[in-house]
Amino acid sequence: MLDITLGQYYPGNSFIHRLDPRTKILATLLLIVAVFLANTAVGYGALCVMVLFIIALSGLPFMLVLKSVKPLLFIIVLTLLLHTLLGQGEHVLYQWKFLKVTEEGVQMGVKMSMRLILLLMISSILTFTTSPIVLTDGIEALLRPFRVIGVPAHELAMMMTIALRFIPTLMEETDRIIKAQTARGADFSSGNLLARAKNMLPILVPLFISAFRRADDLAVAMEARCYRGGEGRTRMHQLAYHAGDAAAFVFAFAMIGLMAFLRWGPNVL
Amino acid sequence: MSMKLEHVSYTYMPGTPYEKEALKDISLEIKKGEFVAVIGHTGSGKSTLVQNLNGLLHPTKGNASLDGVDLSGKSNEAKMARGRIGMVFQYPEHQLFAETVYEDIAFGPQNLGLNYEETDARVKDAMKFVGLDFETYAGRSPFSLSGGQMRRVAIAGVVAMNPDYLILDEPSAGLDPGSRDAVFAEVMELYKKRGTAIIMVTHSMEDAAQFAKRMLVVYDGRIIIDGKPGEVFLKEKEQLLKVGMDVPEVYKLADALRDKGLRLPKEITDAKTLLAEIKRRKGLR
Ligand SMILES: Nc1ncnc2c1ncn2[C@@H]1O[C@H](COP(=O)(O)OP(=O)(O)OP(=O)(O)O)[C@@H](O)[C@H]1O
Ligand SMILES: [Mg+2]
Repeated sequence: MLDITLGQYYPGNSFIHRLDPRTKILATLLLIVAVFLANTAVGYGALCVMVLFIIALSGLPFMLVLKSVKPLLFIIVLTLLLHTLLGQGEHVLYQWKFLKVTEEGVQMGVKMSMRLILLLMISSILTFTTSPIVLTDGIEALLRPFRVIGVPAHELAMMMTIALRFIPTLMEETDRIIKAQTARGADFSSGNLLARAKNMLPILVPLFISAFRRADDLAVAMEARCYRGGEGRTRMHQLAYHAGDAAAFVFAFAMIGLMAFLRWGPNVL
Repeated sequence: MSMKLEHVSYTYMPGTPYEKEALKDISLEIKKGEFVAVIGHTGSGKSTLVQNLNGLLHPTKGNASLDGVDLSGKSNEAKMARGRIGMVFQYPEHQLFAETVYEDIAFGPQNLGLNYEETDARVKDAMKFVGLDFETYAGRSPFSLSGGQMRRVAIAGVVAMNPDYLILDEPSAGLDPGSRDAVFAEVMELYKKRGTAIIMVTHSMEDAAQFAKRMLVVYDGRIIIDGKPGEVFLKEKEQLLKVGMDVPEVYKLADALRDKGLRLPKEITDAKTLLAEIKRRKGLR
């Protein structure tokens, strides 16, 4: 039960870990734009090299980042197959009835699935190197300018922070309750669906009670410390940009520039 | 008749950056009818140890067994063996779920497959045992009780399963002195009258000295001391202090008096004996 780690933060102290969360979020968005701009083999090659470079900088095990592709593996394979089998084009490699494998189709399929894989890896590097709490700090800071059009930046961030804070606690609690009821001989895995649902009661009831108790305690504690929303609030951890952040931005914009050049620039290759 | 750990190691979340080896090569035998206190500072591995003992956690290395039956098995035999070990967790009142006290206590016996009459008898018995009047409390919602009463209901729920071995993880945490004494009196009664083996995790040296016949000191995932409380407190004082534990006040007082030149025998383990000795030495009555 507890083997599920929250989010997927992989603690470390690398250059990437130390970047400001705002930088990481914005740079991730910029790199995503770069991925969408890429349309040549050279472009994709450059992006792959870039991802490898970032992984090396972050000190994450390569396999860990690669695994983040797994949840969408099915879709990636499907994309590849559909484009390969149904793609239109002139250079027919193989034909069987209406199925036609063309060079263009294969190229398209490979590009599309490469694009998905790159997107997943880039965004997972963000979540691997940024703890959820810091990430919400960054999101709050980035959303702040939008308060003028009514986005409740602070409240959203507070809700996310509280939820994140309590997920591990509630998981621990669930684990404890399951153990306690198991020790009393409870059986959660046999019987039909209805019986099994009913067997969950000894877990769910105490869990809800404890969640409400905690919510209540938290509300009282926040009240007691005069919490009254985001107005005029200062923070303990001030976000600050450093030299590394500038480097990261330059790097991300350079990637976009490179992709744009490869796409629209003079055909040098 | 004994529960046994053989070269047990236990690792939480293996293969992640959060990996933690909480038990390291522990071998241990606890016989039926023993009263064992488990002490050690926070995070030393006490809870992990007792959960390996009752089969809730399965050793990463080595094995845990009860009368030769491996507790991690899926067989009916293993299930029966696990059913003979009761476990009262820290803050057991947080696990109450049923609409009435009666139903909550009946949950364990029903899971053991007992019929209606047997279950009923067990519930009545268990309630009497923990000092809850059947007429008054059986039909009430457990959530309308006080903290101390809730804990008794939770303990009754485990006692009703008639375990041969009862594990208690800090049974007195967060209780007022009255409720605390009541809980210990009940545990002692189980031990004396029913011959239930008791394994009690506690932070209180006083409790360990007063109730247990054997004491295990856990430090950094290993059992570093295993012996009678009286002997341990006398002979292993340095070692205990070194690992952040303490000795009961009586021992400290006796030591202080000895330092001041009062001649006292070595085997003073409780306040009464100490008082009698002081009176004897000073010629008082
Ligand atoms: N579910 C878990 N996942 C990961 N690590 C854990 C888990 N439970 C305990 N640990 C770690 O294992 C070690 C031993 O924990 P354990 O709960 O056995 O200690 P304890 O002696 O019972 O402490 P306490 O006196 O606070 O109850 C601790 O370092 C703890 O951080
Ligand atoms: Mg514990």
